[in-house]
This record gives sequence, C-alpha cells and structure tokens, in this order.
Amino acid sequence: MQADVKRTALSTILLASAALAFVSMVAFMTIGAKGSWSFLLSFRGTKLLGMVLVAYAIAVSTVLFQTISGNRILTPSIIGFDAMYTLLQTIMVFFLGAAGASSIDPRLQFLVEMAVMVGLSLLLFRALFSGASRSLHLLMLVGVILGGLFRSLSSFLQRILDPNAFVVLQDRLFASFNSIDANLLGIAAVATFAATFVLWRLSPAFDVLSLGRETAIGLGVDHQRVVTLLLVLIAVLVSVSTALVGPVTFFGLLVAGLAWQLTPTASHRFVLPVAVSIAIATLVGGQVILERLFAFNTALSIVIEFFGGLVFIFLLVRGSAR
Amino acid sequence: MIEIQGVTKSYGGNTVVDRVSLTLPAGGLTSIIGPNGAGKSTLLSIVSRLMPMDTGKVLVDGLDVSRTAGDVLARRLSIMRQDNHVTARLSVLDLVAFGRYPYSKGRLTAADAEHIDRSIAYLGLEPYRNRFLDELSGGQRQRAFIAMVLCQDTDYMLFDEPLNNLDIKHAVETMKLLRRLADDFAKTVVVVLHDINFASAYSDRIVAMQGGRLAFEGPPEEMIVPARLRAIFDVDCHVHAVGEKRLVNYFE
Repeated sequence: MQADVKRTALSTILLASAALAFVSMVAFMTIGAKGSWSFLLSFRGTKLLGMVLVAYAIAVSTVLFQTISGNRILTPSIIGFDAMYTLLQTIMVFFLGAAGASSIDPRLQFLVEMAVMVGLSLLLFRALFSGASRSLHLLMLVGVILGGLFRSLSSFLQRILDPNAFVVLQDRLFASFNSIDANLLGIAAVATFAATFVLWRLSPAFDVLSLGRETAIGLGVDHQRVVTLLLVLIAVLVSVSTALVGPVTFFGLLVAGLAWQLTPTASHRFVLPVAVSIAIATLVGGQVILERLFAFNTALSIVIEFFGGLVFIFLLVRGSAR
Repeated sequence: MIEIQGVTKSYGGNTVVDRVSLTLPAGGLTSIIGPNGAGKSTLLSIVSRLMPMDTGKVLVDGLDVSRTAGDVLARRLSIMRQDNHVTARLSVLDLVAFGRYPYSKGRLTAADAEHIDRSIAYLGLEPYRNRFLDELSGGQRQRAFIAMVLCQDTDYMLFDEPLNNLDIKHAVETMKLLRRLADDFAKTVVVVLHDINFASAYSDRIVAMQGGRLAFEGPPEEMIVPARLRAIFDVDCHVHAVGEKRLVNYFE
C-alpha cells in the first residue's frame, strides 16, 4: 500500500519534471518565432543544445559528487573547480596575449583545459579520498583554501595584465548563456556522450556508494577504482559546462538539492533524471523568461540565483521542520 | 576457514595490530573480546578488507582478501560495522535490499525479494518496512543493518559490536539470532563483544586481544576463568557456574 503511494509519487515527480523541461524547450524554440525555420533551427537550436548540455553536465556532476563525498552541500565548484578554470583561462591570456589566446582553435583549447582539469582534480582528490585520513572536513578545507589560492593567483595575474587582454579575459569568464560557442558544441557533446557511456556502465554502483566507503566495499564495490573513475568523469563534465558558459556556482547546488528533496527515494535511477530535467527546465525556462519578459535586460545567472535561492531556502526550512 | 597470518597495522608509529596470527575454523560462533584499544575492530576491518594491512596476509577459504575481486569476496564474507551513518534517505526495505547487491547488482530478482522478506521478518522489522532509517530508534536501525548483512547471505559473517545501542531484550535476541545463524544455517559468525557475559553464554570460541596482540584463545570453559580475565582486562572478578553457563561478576 505504502509502496504503491511511493511509486505513484515517484512517477508523478519524474513525469512532471520531464514535462516541465520539455515545455520550456518547446517554448524556447517557438515563442516569438518569426522568419524561416531553417534560420530559427540553427540559431535557437544551437543555443538550446548548448544549454541542455550545460544543464545535463552540471546536474549529473553535482549529484554524483555529492554521492561520493557523502555530503549534500558540497559541489565541485565549492571545492574550487571553477576557480581552477578561471586560473587556467587567466594564465592562457596572460602568457599568450589577447590575440594569441583568441587565435587558438577553441576545440584544441577545450581539450587542453579538460586534460589539465582532469589531471589536477585527480591529483587533489586521489590524495584526499584515498589517503590514510579520509576526512571530509579536510577535503572541504583543502578545497576552499586551494580555491582561494587559485582565485588570488588569477586576480594577481589579472592586475598586471594589459587592459585590452583583460577585457578579452573578462568576456570569457562571465557566465553567459547567450554567447555559447558553437564551435565547441560538437566536441562538448562528444565528451558528454563519452562520459555518459562510462557512467552508464558504472551506474549500478551509485546507490551503493551513497552508503559510504566501508559499506560499499563490504558489498563488493571496488571503491577506489569506481571513485577515481567518477572523479575523472566529473572533471570532464565540469569542463564541458565551464567551457561552454563559464563558471556557474550556485546552479549545481540548487538543482541537486531540489532533486534530492523532491524525489521520494534516494535511488540514482530517479534522482539523476529528475535533476537533469530540473536543470533543463531552469536553464531553458529561465532563458525564455529572460528573453521574452525582460527583453535581455538582465543576466540569466541573476534570475536563476534569485529564484533558486528562494526555493532552496524554502526547502531547507521545510526539510528541517519535518 | 579464516587464516590470519602475521597481520600488523600501525598508524604513525603506533602499532594497533601487532603480528596477529589466528585461524578461525569454518562454522560456529567466535567472539573477540579485549579492553578498549586492543585492536579488535581494526583486526575485523582488516579481515573484511575495509582497511589495508601493513604486513601479513588474510585468507578466507583460501582467497587472499587483498587480492580477490571485491564482488567475489562479498558473496563469501559480510561485515556489519559499529557506526553506520548514511546520508541517503533510505527506507528499511531499501537498506536491506542492498544486501543483494553482490548477487544482482541492483536488479532484484524474485529470489532476491524472498531473501529480503525473510531477513526483514527474521529481525521483526515488518512493521517498519517502509519507514525511513532516520525515523527509527537506534536499536531498530541497528537491526535494519543486521538484516542487510543477513540478506547478503554469506558463509562468513563478521559483526563489530552488534549489541551497541540495544536494550537487554534486543541484545539477547540478536545474540540468539547470531547463534541460530551458526547452528541452523552453518554460517561462520565472528563477533566483537564488550560484555564478557554475552561472550561466555553464546560463543563456541573466544579470542582475547590485548595491546594489539593475540592474548588467548579457546572455548569459553578455558577462557572464562578469573586468572585469564584478570590478565586480559586487568579486573578482578568471580566466575559463577549457573546451569551450563558461566557468568562473570566483575562488580566487586
């Protein structure tokens, strides 16, 4: 009886979030559509694909990061992932100059950045997750401090940067959903698909991982191998989203938090699709509101963080009262 | 058979388990006793490959625990640990179902469902089947974790202080359950216990550790004698024979 109620609630939330995501995608493609469809499809379609990729990458990477760290407040960006990206961009512009940095093929740049992000995060997280003292607090502290280090290094380099180069850099660093680089879409999509394929193979272990390291090992999961692989995939997904739109700090936390709260089970089979749907609905729906309601007068990140923050606080308060 | 051969583990110069060699034959219930910090839990963690050892070797039915694939071992040996903190919001049913993971990798079959139902019934958790773990009392949660281990249905079952948080009724029921696992299902049960009277009443074999080393091992008749208990725990006590059981009075 109770199980039936739960199953109904589950399918309701799955369907509702998927429908919301679908409606916002349709709205994005059709509202105010004038002119030829071939233009619209390529113009809006590119943007839509970019946003869907970003939504997917952020939702999946945040949920899985929270699973392996056993904590619902950590996100890759709180641990300093976005600061790492900022630093990489700054270093590139600093050493190659504005013209030099712009002349590099963005796809090559993406691959190099992704490789560096994967390497660095592996180094950092391997040391922290598999060391003798696997302390979550240590991980958080080291992440926050390294993030601070990366940020200060970036701002130091930015200060001594040539003003023209700085403008170019600033343009790259602002999270913008309007200027998704179409050149990158193809390779970002390939990276996302590849990551998803490996994730699919690993997916049976996700729920077990959320029981914690010891219980997972007791149930036969090769914890070290699976967690290392997941960290690589998370780094890839974070690279995809940051390369496409720049760092977005709060979004992952919001989406994952909503998904965990709304889904009546902790099973990743349901939480992950719900998180992705919510992410798509928020990003694409937010973009529609931004373009049609505010006529581009504000930035989507502001809209998201405003409403996202409100919803998140509401959920927190309700969750603690229950 | 569990063969522990010269196992040593130290943390920064502090040796927690010191050259322990021990053979636990298949079948029966073995209790590991000893004062705080004797290395009982660490030894159990090493045997169940939760913790790497510095030197030595552990074989479970001839399988080297540090080399054997995790899922192969998970069908032979299970462990219930002391602190079971779970961030995920799980119901009792969800948790117990995880015990079938080594067999079905998350896709539960009809046979799995049967195991799950039986384990839940065995621990009297039917009324709480769909309750979330954070809505249960400490004892109920403890039993849910025992049910999960039961559901894993392995030949070797290790329990690290399973009587923590349990009241007298549930502690006795749990020990009787572990006894039944050994008697009726021919499982090999290894339990870390703090209360020597529980160890005395329910064990086939008692292993005593002290300061990281193996101090004594033997059947309860040999182990539960004042001289040995004094050597192990540094406490004077009287041992009374009540029926077939030997009870330790360490209050005077």
